[in-house]
Amino acid sequence: MLEKTDVVIIGAGPVGLFAVFELGLLNISAQLVDNLDKPGGQCAELYPDKPIYDIPSRVTISGQELTDDLLKQVEPFNPVYHLNQQVESISKTENGEWLVETSIKKKIQAKCIVIAAGAGSFVPRKPPIEGIEKFENQNVFYSIRNKSIFQEKRVLILGGGDSALDWTNELSKIAIISLMHRRKEFRAAPDSVSTMLELEKQRKVNFILGQIKNIEETTNNSIRVSYENENKIHDIEVDFLLPFFGLKMELGPIARWGLNLNNNLIKVDTEKFETSEPSIFAIGDINTYPGKLKLILSGFHEAALMAQECFKYCYPDKKNVFRYTTSSKELHKKLKV
Amino acid sequence: MAKIIVTDRNGNEKHILADENSTLMEIIRDAGLDIEAACGGCCACATCHVYVDLEWIDKLNKMDDDEESMLDQAFSVKKNSRLSCQINFTKKIDGIRLVLAPE
Ligand SMILES: Cc1cc2nc3c(=O)[nH]c(=O)nc-3n(C[C@H](O)[C@H](O)[C@H](O)COP(=O)(O)OP(=O)(O)OC[C@H]3O[C@@H](n4cnc5c(N)ncnc54)[C@H](O)[C@@H]3O)c2cc1C
Ligand code: FES
Repeated sequence: MLEKTDVVIIGAGPVGLFAVFELGLLNISAQLVDNLDKPGGQCAELYPDKPIYDIPSRVTISGQELTDDLLKQVEPFNPVYHLNQQVESISKTENGEWLVETSIKKKIQAKCIVIAAGAGSFVPRKPPIEGIEKFENQNVFYSIRNKSIFQEKRVLILGGGDSALDWTNELSKIAIISLMHRRKEFRAAPDSVSTMLELEKQRKVNFILGQIKNIEETTNNSIRVSYENENKIHDIEVDFLLPFFGLKMELGPIARWGLNLNNNLIKVDTEKFETSEPSIFAIGDINTYPGKLKLILSGFHEAALMAQECFKYCYPDKKNVFRYTTSSKELHKKLKV
Repeated sequence: MAKIIVTDRNGNEKHILADENSTLMEIIRDAGLDIEAACGGCCACATCHVYVDLEWIDKLNKMDDDEESMLDQAFSVKKNSRLSCQINFTKKIDGIRLVLAPE
């Protein structure tokens, strides 16, 4: 399936979202791709409830509030969100446009690419166990697509946050569940914690205090997981292991696109925020230039200047007239106010 | 001048000059040691995980809930585990010994 738009924005963090607004004012349509299951980038994933104090004119605003307000602000431009997928490759089409392809084989064609990828894609934090890769997608899963494979199986869940507890509670209905965590306290929603403790009382969940050390193959396609508690090593045999240690950011496929990089950051100029490849821009935490500050407000500024240059690629024959949102009737129409 | 003593992941011991307006994470990072500190010290990543020498652990400010929760996303957590971005350097801990936790 091929989608067409003026600009593909890689990353739906605060800066990618605001880029939709700045592009929209100039009549440039945009589609966003993000690996996460929701927009908002670091603000929504890492610190939804923490206050930010340096967004101009907002004395205090939480990461989630900022995300929600940005989503509202860009609504008039009807951006398309492609979530739960990573942009894997980019290539040039015959007519000189860009073709962006995602991990679920979605293809988007656009005149410009805007990389607003922060510190890279959010990916699961994996336990540092040698050879864990060879069990992945067989016995070890970091996310769950099809829970029916766990039916009647022995499943060990690791972690003490929301994902760990939600899946413990959910899968205890169909599988033999053990939950392992380093302490008997959990940073999950109080409701899920009490449900889990109740299930444990009813012996529908087996809680194990400890930390994973190793995984070994056993004969019948299952695995033996060894873990440490109070300096002693124990083990447990299970069919599936589900580690939930949160997410971390990893540059990922962007490193392979032939752009000029410096310490995993993309070099840009400070007039147009264009990369070493014409019509590919980089804004927000992912870029670097002399004096760069990784601040949301810097990213917003970069989005505005980037949009000016995108206009030239999208409307090569038109002149862009600078207007204020306060006074321009035309902009009011676009903003539906 | 005040200092901290850090054992890196290769087992090498480094003496690093420390100043009072910094966190232990900042001192370690700015000395060029291999500490990821991905979130820059916001207690949001657990990649500044260190083990504090047992002789020093009681001299530190107590761990708050935020830090304890974030440690849930670290591996090989021990009794003397701390997130170094949550510890301010003061004269009281001049000479403190730390070991960088494995990645
Ligand atoms: C705890 C904490 C507190 C902070 N406090 C402040 C503050 O007070 N003030 C301030 O200004 N800043 C603060 N920051 C920094 C601020 O959050 C970042 O500057 C901001 O999030 C950068 O926005 P961004 O849109 O550039 O990138 P991000 O928010 O990192 O979003 C990038 C998105 O791109 C996605 N992505 C990357 N690569 C791909 C790919 N190949 N395919 C698909 N998706 C991809 C990622 O999944 C991610 O969702 C804080 C950060 C943290 C962690
Ligand atoms: S630097 Fe991220 S938690 Fe300390």
